[in-house]
Amino acid sequence: MTPLESSTLEENSTVETKDAKELIQEVLQVYPDKAKKKREKHLNVYEEGKSDCGVKSNIKSVPGTMTTRGCAYAGSKGVVWGPVKDMIHISHGPVGCGYYSWSGRRNYYIGTTGIDTFGTMQFTSDFQERDIVFGGDKKLAKLITELEELFPLNRGISIQSECPIGLIGDDIEAVAKKSAKEIGKTVVPVRCEGFRGVSQSLGHHIANDAVRDWVFPQHDKEKKAGNIPEGTPYDVAIIGDYNIGGDAWSSRILLEEIGLRVVAQWSGDGTLHEMIKTPSVKLNLVHCYRSMNYISRHMEETYGIPWLEYNFFGPTKIAESLREIASKFDETIQAKAEEVIAKYQKQTDEVIAKYRPRLEGKTVALMVGGLRPRHVVPAFYDLGMKLIGTGYEFGHNDDYKRTTHYVEDGTLIYDDVSAYEFEQFVKELQPDLIASGIKEKYVFQKMALPFRQMHSWDYSGPYHGYDGFAIFARDMDLALNSPTWSLIGAPWKQIDE
Amino acid sequence: MTDENIRQIAFYGKGGIGKSTTSQNTIAGLAEIGERIMIVGCDPKADSTRLMLHSKAQTTILHLAAERGAVEDLEIEEVLLEGYLGVRCVESGGPEPGVGCAGRGIITAINFLEENGAYEDLDFVSYDVLGDVVCGGFAMPIREGKAQEIYIVTSGEMMAMYAANNIARGILKYAHSGGVRLGGLICNSRKVDREIELIETLAERLNTQMIHFVPRDNIVQHAELRRMTVIEYAPGSNQANEYRTLAKKIKENTKLTIPTPITMDELEELLVEFGILAGEEDYQKAIQSGTKAPAGVV
Repeated sequence: MTPLESSTLEENSTVETKDAKELIQEVLQVYPDKAKKKREKHLNVYEEGKSDCGVKSNIKSVPGTMTTRGCAYAGSKGVVWGPVKDMIHISHGPVGCGYYSWSGRRNYYIGTTGIDTFGTMQFTSDFQERDIVFGGDKKLAKLITELEELFPLNRGISIQSECPIGLIGDDIEAVAKKSAKEIGKTVVPVRCEGFRGVSQSLGHHIANDAVRDWVFPQHDKEKKAGNIPEGTPYDVAIIGDYNIGGDAWSSRILLEEIGLRVVAQWSGDGTLHEMIKTPSVKLNLVHCYRSMNYISRHMEETYGIPWLEYNFFGPTKIAESLREIASKFDETIQAKAEEVIAKYQKQTDEVIAKYRPRLEGKTVALMVGGLRPRHVVPAFYDLGMKLIGTGYEFGHNDDYKRTTHYVEDGTLIYDDVSAYEFEQFVKELQPDLIASGIKEKYVFQKMALPFRQMHSWDYSGPYHGYDGFAIFARDMDLALNSPTWSLIGAPWKQIDE
Repeated sequence: MTDENIRQIAFYGKGGIGKSTTSQNTIAGLAEIGERIMIVGCDPKADSTRLMLHSKAQTTILHLAAERGAVEDLEIEEVLLEGYLGVRCVESGGPEPGVGCAGRGIITAINFLEENGAYEDLDFVSYDVLGDVVCGGFAMPIREGKAQEIYIVTSGEMMAMYAANNIARGILKYAHSGGVRLGGLICNSRKVDREIELIETLAERLNTQMIHFVPRDNIVQHAELRRMTVIEYAPGSNQANEYRTLAKKIKENTKLTIPTPITMDELEELLVEFGILAGEEDYQKAIQSGTKAPAGVV
């Protein structure tokens, strides 16, 4: 098969970069009036000094525009709960949602799968017509009993609702309570039916609420009974790191090196009991704000635990974050933070010396989920690269406000960008690298454009921390400077350059 | 698939209005004059065929499917029984109140009947559907290729008329996509004042007819206690003849219309006109004076 005609390669030419605002208008032209009016609000150009990016967000996608968004079930099962490794997460409903979300994210973990950990396994109640008509509560209860017999070392069970559960009104809370008593373990019902909300974002929120309502009461009970030790003054929890390719591990190393005790990881390589313990930590360190700010705020309000957002992408932000984290503790920690930053200086300098010359001045267009559209930007800057556009799949206004610290004047901003819009922007702006997800990857690679997946790290990683930065730099170089790109055009279509 | 020569009719109406009783008696009347009929009960209570089968409740499609695992594990003979005068009887069944999805159950059951050739060698198929068209599942019998004629069982009572008007709306929704038509209102008398006149007026407003007025008669109760239709229990009675007349009228009915449902305001005006509801002024007075509802309401 011949590759699809690649317009960027062959008709390439030397189109002057248009004014970005004009470009937005041009791209919007093809839409019917109603769609145009709606999409117009999600596209803008960042202007220096503004408090947000000038786009609307967290609004229902326009039908027919091919959004990249997921659903509430994806947000709860796929993101927040799924990585809790010693629990069994039941995809409750017909088999498809469970099957197609099976091992969808690369949440690394330690443990013996099928014995005491269940991360890459898939459990479903496999609804049949009969379960829809007569209700699935009995089946669910039986399933939990069977799971307990087959996997006795599980520490708890979560019930991740698929759409039909909400439609037929099953009482999964009652089943959860009854089953929890029977098996003597935590059973968490999560009402994350896919039709709820406009994206996976609501699923994160619902999942957070389920932790609040079904996990934390156990902390309170244990605390009362005196079973939760006071801990050390340096106890912290990593919140919102899903350990993609080992990210949480390369972050944890640094936090431990500066003298902190990481007692819980939420939720990459995390456990139920780490969650139960968390309301006793001294500080919550929040990486993915979008998916776990809710529970962080709750712990602040209820348990008085402060929380701090940090960023471990690229040496500039890592050093900045380590110093800020340390500033919340005593001088020993602060001194150690400086030591750690100094210790990694040589390694970082070497990485930058090696890769920066190969990447200097290259441009990148980003489009990721709810955190990385801003968080990874400084890592690109550290390599001398330039950001020309960014946007979130499911970010909210507070994300776009936070983005202003990361982007420069004139950066194109696209919220919930459609397949068509993204393609047009890329064709026009011609970034040297596109950093987005699997749904975008092949479209752009077939256009002979270097691409890296920013959800899964393209099966590489970790990218967090100093060690992660070394891998990040190498991967960007691999993508950008691969000799493959010069070979992708059809041989009978000569490129005149 | 369904034979196009079969006349498919459905009985709708407010819960408790007497749909099952009226439909089974009417069908007995049709069976007497040689029509081949199948009753499809579309109510989880599964009481649409008891007068035909002389049994409490027959085994339903969904009940048996749940026991076996799936509808694919059923044979049509197990759920399609022959009753009085050879009338074929089948009940969709459904979940107990408060669980699952009865609407989906009806869809499943009807699909099963179609796939298994239940719609063959018949003159009439009659669907008996639960009270209100609360969701898509209960509208299944009036979608394309199913019941073309709807008979709404009502009485001169206010809530029954509300329900009738709502059902007319449901029919209107499917009238253009599926070709369903309203066959008429059956007035199952509750001995309300000026009941015939009232239902005739309502029928006119809805662009249909009052196809028959079924008087109230205790003999219906006596027959029901013996799990029989009046036609079987007391073939010589007046009431049996009323049902025979209704059966004949349905058989010969050609007045199939697209209904014109009226607004709530119009319906209330109609009720005021007939003295069933008091007018707005009377209400205001009653509310202000703190007295009980005006006499006309009771």
